[in-house]
Amino acid sequence: MALLQISEPGLSTAPHQHRLAVGIDLGTTNSLVATVRNGVSVVLNDAHGHGLLPSVVRYLVDGSTSVGYVAQAQAAEDPHNTIISAKRFMGRGIKDIPDLSTMPYKFVDAPGMVQIRTAAGVKSPVEISSEILKALKARAEASLGGELVGAVITVPAYFDDAQRQATKDAARLAGLNVLRLLNEPTAAAIAYGLDNAAEGIYAVYDLGGGTFDISILKLTRGVFEVLATNGDSALGGDDFDRRIYCWVLEQAKVHTLDDRDKTLLMARAREAKETLSEHTSAHITVVLSTGEVVNLNLSEETFNEMTASLVNKTLLPCRKALRDAGLAAEEVKGVVMVGGSTRIPRVQAAVGDFFGQTPLTNLDPDKVVSLGAAIQANVLAGNKAGEDWLLLDVVPLSLGLETMGGLTEKIIPRNATIPTARAQEFTTYKDGQTAMSIHVVQGERELVADCRSLARFELRGIPPMVAGAARIRVTFQVDADGLLSVSARELGTGVESHIAVKPSYGLGDDEVARMLQDSYAHAQDDMTARNLAEAKVDGRRLVDATEAALKENGPALLNEAERTQVEKLLTGLQAALDGNDLAAVKRATEMLNQGTVEFAARRMDMSVKQALTGQRLDALKL
Amino acid sequence: MLDFSRDHFALFDLPASYALDGARLDQAYRDIQSEIHPDKFAHAGEAEQRLSMQWTTRVNEAYQTLRRPFDRANYLLQLQGIHAMDANNTSMPMDFLMQHMEWSEELADAKKAQDVAVLDRLEKTLRNEARDFQAQLAEQIDQHHDYPAASETLRKLRFTDKLLAEVGSAYELIE
Repeated sequence: MALLQISEPGLSTAPHQHRLAVGIDLGTTNSLVATVRNGVSVVLNDAHGHGLLPSVVRYLVDGSTSVGYVAQAQAAEDPHNTIISAKRFMGRGIKDIPDLSTMPYKFVDAPGMVQIRTAAGVKSPVEISSEILKALKARAEASLGGELVGAVITVPAYFDDAQRQATKDAARLAGLNVLRLLNEPTAAAIAYGLDNAAEGIYAVYDLGGGTFDISILKLTRGVFEVLATNGDSALGGDDFDRRIYCWVLEQAKVHTLDDRDKTLLMARAREAKETLSEHTSAHITVVLSTGEVVNLNLSEETFNEMTASLVNKTLLPCRKALRDAGLAAEEVKGVVMVGGSTRIPRVQAAVGDFFGQTPLTNLDPDKVVSLGAAIQANVLAGNKAGEDWLLLDVVPLSLGLETMGGLTEKIIPRNATIPTARAQEFTTYKDGQTAMSIHVVQGERELVADCRSLARFELRGIPPMVAGAARIRVTFQVDADGLLSVSARELGTGVESHIAVKPSYGLGDDEVARMLQDSYAHAQDDMTARNLAEAKVDGRRLVDATEAALKENGPALLNEAERTQVEKLLTGLQAALDGNDLAAVKRATEMLNQGTVEFAARRMDMSVKQALTGQRLDALKL
Repeated sequence: MLDFSRDHFALFDLPASYALDGARLDQAYRDIQSEIHPDKFAHAGEAEQRLSMQWTTRVNEAYQTLRRPFDRANYLLQLQGIHAMDANNTSMPMDFLMQHMEWSEELADAKKAQDVAVLDRLEKTLRNEARDFQAQLAEQIDQHHDYPAASETLRKLRFTDKLLAEVGSAYELIE
């Protein structure tokens, strides 16, 4: 396949070192890290042989943290400082969180994202999640014996922009280079698709700890296309636990529980749910702090009854997703089950009824997402996977602007393939108006009040004109990670103002830098060493990519003078990489970047032309 | 040198007509995507990453426009300098408007009465109407090159599509 080599700079050179890359499933209840080893995707275990890392972080008075099973074991003893399921709070304000009262945390209302007061100070969900990511990074590096070049981190397909941004920030804070944010159901399909060489329409039903997603995917000749996604970002296995929890309170007629009791009872509720996946009844025994003993027997039937509405709640998004994709349930060739909660027999039966077929459960529903993410990470890191496949992902929720009267004007409709950009023109409504307020929202509802507010900014310096004369073009750009940036400019008189915003729930670069500095407060040298190491990784990557590109297309696309120029910049960067001068490495990298812009453009051109030529040849063959 | 401003049809090496070989469009789209998608450049230099993003954005826009009959027709008219959906372009035959008002009322009643049978009938009627308009568009644009007529047909199709979407959300309410 000569055609494909062109698009993969850096991959076609002589056998290079295998680049260490991982896939991370940052889950609500559990998190996992996986990698491709000898061509097979495997979950990496900790020293005790555990694959799952409970998504639990405990903060201690001395400022240290414990993560995973250790933290989970102490959750009942130290409920205020032991944060479970922090993912539910990512990119969320205090008013967005349901069931606040059943949680033992001391929430602090903060602009944009809620925070939690712990023994070690006030922590944001981003910081809490970064502790989990740090633990997984350490596990991977210990297990693989080297530094990671990057990670693919999965997010629920239904995550909005603020939640995606928060996830990326957490990764940066953990010192992980994010190769891509990947939708969880898509990751699951990759794991199934490549393993089973599947083709056709697939549904991925993902009922995790705290979120429900349904995705309709189309798999054709190595192309994974997300036709539609839907779901509920506040529905998951935890809700099943909560139903049991409430049932216990009701049955045992207990009302006054302290925080330790609440945490303990939630844990027992979860155990009962897990037992019911394999048995027809479960015992629940809890000794409360008052000394009172709760002893109950929960039958499968009662459990099914009390959770029937939750199961049904998952079917409405299924229906909507099918409608969006323009498909009937019968057209779905397979249903992939993801998330521990899909072990519940009643869930499997309901999904089977809805799609008219037995769902696929042959991969471990807890691991399948991380396995798929690892496969994607392996490809993105530049380790040839053997198969050529391409992932075309979509915007999960419509992106728009507030217009007059509190109405939403959609700019980018949901399920648009990313990366994508749309521009729309607006005008002033008052004579002499020199500024315009731009409010960016995400959601499907008509009223702005019912959508999520992502960012507000003002475009100033509009020349005074009569109402309706100014032409303000607002451009939305969504990148390959599904992250949005918005810009606006006035075109009417040739005077251009320009502003770009990041969503207000995301952390600014300054904030991430501050948090990083906090965690390295007493080690300034570490910071410098780290910056240098990161700059060198970037520089080396560019050297690799440029060398491969030169070798492949240099003679054809560059004349001798141009080639000499690029080679000179390349040598300059290589020299800088041999030294330890951070500024010099950055400067040389930037110069080579600038110096290869034209070469890159010609290569891209050639790729597009080649694609069309290839297509015509294929057509001839048919 | 490939030109960023070339029209969507040229980008996929397809003839600029309303009638479209959908399979060929899909194939060309995928072939180009498999060369230029950002995933193919996750490990490349900055310049190539940026270009890959710009090109993919451009190709996605072109593909979305061409694959939907409504957008494709609208785009073809734009290439002729006609902005069919402009706020100033509102002329619409009276009988068409009356018919649509009648259907809107039927829809409102069916919604209230949760009458799925009426919704089914309305959906079928509207789909047929949309199909007729699409056939007309093909004739008006590809054969007669009668762009003003196509422009009116397109505005009618917009009405029909909107009502169809409303029928769709009515189903959701009932479910």
